[in-house]
Amino acid sequence: MSQRYIFLLPLVVFCIIAIYFAVGLTKDPSKLDDDVLTNQPMGDFTLIPVEGRSETLSIDDLKGKVSLVNFFGSWCVACLQEHPFFMELKESADVPLYGVDWDEKNPKDVVRWLKRHGDPYTKIGVDVSGATIIDWGITGAPETFVVDKTGTIRYKHIGPVSPASWQSTIWPLIVELRKE
Amino acid sequence: MYAEIGHFALILALFVAVIQGVVPLVAGPMGSRRWMSIAGPASLAQFLLLVAAFGALMYGYISSDFSILNVVRNSHTDKPLLYKISGTWGNHEGSMLLWVVILATFGAAVELFGRNLPSGLKNRTLAVQALISVGFLSFILFTSNPFERLVNVPANGQSLNPLLQDMGLAIHPPMLYLGYVGFSIAYSFAVAALIEGRVDASWARWVRPWTLAAWICLTVGIVLGSWWAYYELGWGGWWFWDPVENASFMPWLAGTALLHSAVVVEKRDTLKSWTIFLSIVTFSLSLLGTFLVRSGVLTSVHAFATDPERGVFILILLCISIGGSFALYAFRGPSLMGGGLFKPVSREGALLFNNWILTTATGVVLLGTLYPLFVDVIGSGKVSVGAPFFNRVFIPIMTPLVILMALGPFLSWKRGDAKAILSRYYIVYAATLAAVVLTYILKGDSGWGGYFGMGLATWLGVGTLWELAERVKLGSIPLSKSFSRMRKQPRSSWGMTVAHLGLAIIIAGMTGAGNWKVESIQVMKFGEQIDVAGYTYTFEGVRDVRGPNYDALEGTFNVHKDGEFIVTLRAEKREYDTGGMPTTEAAIHTMFLGDLYAVIADESAGGYVTRIYWNPLVAWMWGGTAFLMLGGLISLSDRRHRVGAPKKSKLAHKTVAGEGVSS
Repeated sequence: MSQRYIFLLPLVVFCIIAIYFAVGLTKDPSKLDDDVLTNQPMGDFTLIPVEGRSETLSIDDLKGKVSLVNFFGSWCVACLQEHPFFMELKESADVPLYGVDWDEKNPKDVVRWLKRHGDPYTKIGVDVSGATIIDWGITGAPETFVVDKTGTIRYKHIGPVSPASWQSTIWPLIVELRKE
Repeated sequence: MYAEIGHFALILALFVAVIQGVVPLVAGPMGSRRWMSIAGPASLAQFLLLVAAFGALMYGYISSDFSILNVVRNSHTDKPLLYKISGTWGNHEGSMLLWVVILATFGAAVELFGRNLPSGLKNRTLAVQALISVGFLSFILFTSNPFERLVNVPANGQSLNPLLQDMGLAIHPPMLYLGYVGFSIAYSFAVAALIEGRVDASWARWVRPWTLAAWICLTVGIVLGSWWAYYELGWGGWWFWDPVENASFMPWLAGTALLHSAVVVEKRDTLKSWTIFLSIVTFSLSLLGTFLVRSGVLTSVHAFATDPERGVFILILLCISIGGSFALYAFRGPSLMGGGLFKPVSREGALLFNNWILTTATGVVLLGTLYPLFVDVIGSGKVSVGAPFFNRVFIPIMTPLVILMALGPFLSWKRGDAKAILSRYYIVYAATLAAVVLTYILKGDSGWGGYFGMGLATWLGVGTLWELAERVKLGSIPLSKSFSRMRKQPRSSWGMTVAHLGLAIIIAGMTGAGNWKVESIQVMKFGEQIDVAGYTYTFEGVRDVRGPNYDALEGTFNVHKDGEFIVTLRAEKREYDTGGMPTTEAAIHTMFLGDLYAVIADESAGGYVTRIYWNPLVAWMWGGTAFLMLGGLISLSDRRHRVGAPKKSKLAHKTVAGEGVSS
């Protein structure tokens, strides 16, 4: 009789996987508006400069002006996808774009990456310890935050920034935040 | 007008599929053979309707009809004709349509080539096949209509993603789908057998060629994808353990297991319920692959359409098809207990072991692919399981399989003599040892992976050849007799030998490419030289090139070795007129021992960033895969697959011991 139950096993396993899928589907990665971190002022941080440069990135840089903070890495394929758009933004939009580089195997990788693809960032900090990554609740790269004048996160964009998402969400938000 | 005809044909196909799916299954228990046989003509009608629909969409692409939304989103008048055609399936809606067209093609093929099948089994198989079709046709019609019209017709389209404008990718999805969907036949046969409650040797004999055909196509599809990644992504990599790659790899692993277990059912009438289980699992994994790619449950670089609503629809389909068939399996499976007994050390034992390992490997890939989802659902953040995990786990799992693969074909059915085999295996031992030593001499101390991989490849390659030699009694009888024995070997055993040999070559290739790759990234000025792996690359300069719908920067490298000219490499960086991310076209010169591989990137500090790679033995991987494919085709051409039920005669029993496990 016990043998019969073995034949039920595939069904049971499938049901478990299906439940996970069902829950997983409700978790749309692009909809994280209710993320706990948004609308809370960020704590202090100071990040070391990219190798060969001198500028650091700290919480003070983010205050006073509406800005974008982009978490990237030279290892990140999707970052390359949004990169040309950031290069365009550098020319056209008057919004500071701060870069946080993380999880590099070799600190020189990012130097080469910036050299090869161009540097769209106002300032770049390197998160060596990963502490900032955790504080900001980063789940992958690229992720881009809209930070208001007080240094508070107001919006989190997961995945590459596309011209479409820029037009529809990010830019209108920046315009609005500037009025605050 | 034609788009409406296409749309209408699609709707009609859905109705036909409903009839084909429901009527035979209802008529079956009522004993009405006439009603059951409606499945045959229905399958042909469904096929023709879907071909018409697909043809209509393709016509829209070829004629650049921008009143169709799908064409606007994915095509452009400047695109070369080939990519207009491939644009038909280079998008979500079109690729789903291709999916059902292939499904219907297989259905029609069963009707046309399955004349010797018992009519009950054939009709039930076609009915199950049609039910899958119903699911996918409603998916297309309700969530992804490819024939949607636009009122305001734009002057031109938005073009196909430049990365996808490529020869390899033009044929990659159809091959992959032929594989995925081809396994639906094995699935439908399995479900039909569960409904009938009968599985025997002849069942296995009918299922095997279909599985084999699907397996060959899937192999080709996977390799094309890998090859594309190799030359188009410009990093010299060929396998990234990306969720989408895994989605195609899982059914391949399970399908490989199925091919081997079906042999046992056919020859020894045992492992029946296991084989049924594998048939269901293999196709379920194909469906899962579709779900993963289409739903956005897992994010991946490859995914070109993610939409939660579609995801829900596919999930419901999955629940009905997989859940339903597993429920049927739980109900009927226990009555399918097999007949033939065997010792652990025997051909059956070896094949069972093969199955265990392949299913474990499938499970590991499944777990690794879905793990990020599990973690996400539990709520402890997003993680990704990357190549290091898979490499670390996958290689140890597959190693025993490869070791046993060389020995398995020596074992006889029911009870084999492992000691006797191992004691006359000296040539294989010697060759393996020689390979390891040779690797050490040539490559020095460059990590254990190299010795290990080369040893393993030699073990399998020489072991497979040795088995062939023994089968034809090479050396122990006159050479001419050996040759005539060789000619008399059944095709299926030739298929096995060729395919196993192919895997040995692939392992050698992967070992080389994985362990001894040399890469060099630098800024080069014109005339500058650089040495990579003994080859001197001279950067001759760049020029602008105009392609049919892109501008390219072409960098030229002259490659010399020891002062002797080898080749001129021209690498391109393309920017398509319609915008988007620039694509790299690596310049590759393939040689027996490795590929010269050069990529040109942006201008920088008075020179250009260049990436130059030495990718050893890459050609072996592609060549080995050609062997795999060839092995499959040879096996497929075996007469046995075309004749009806196996006849058990004395003669057949005699040859069984000498016959290989064809795969």
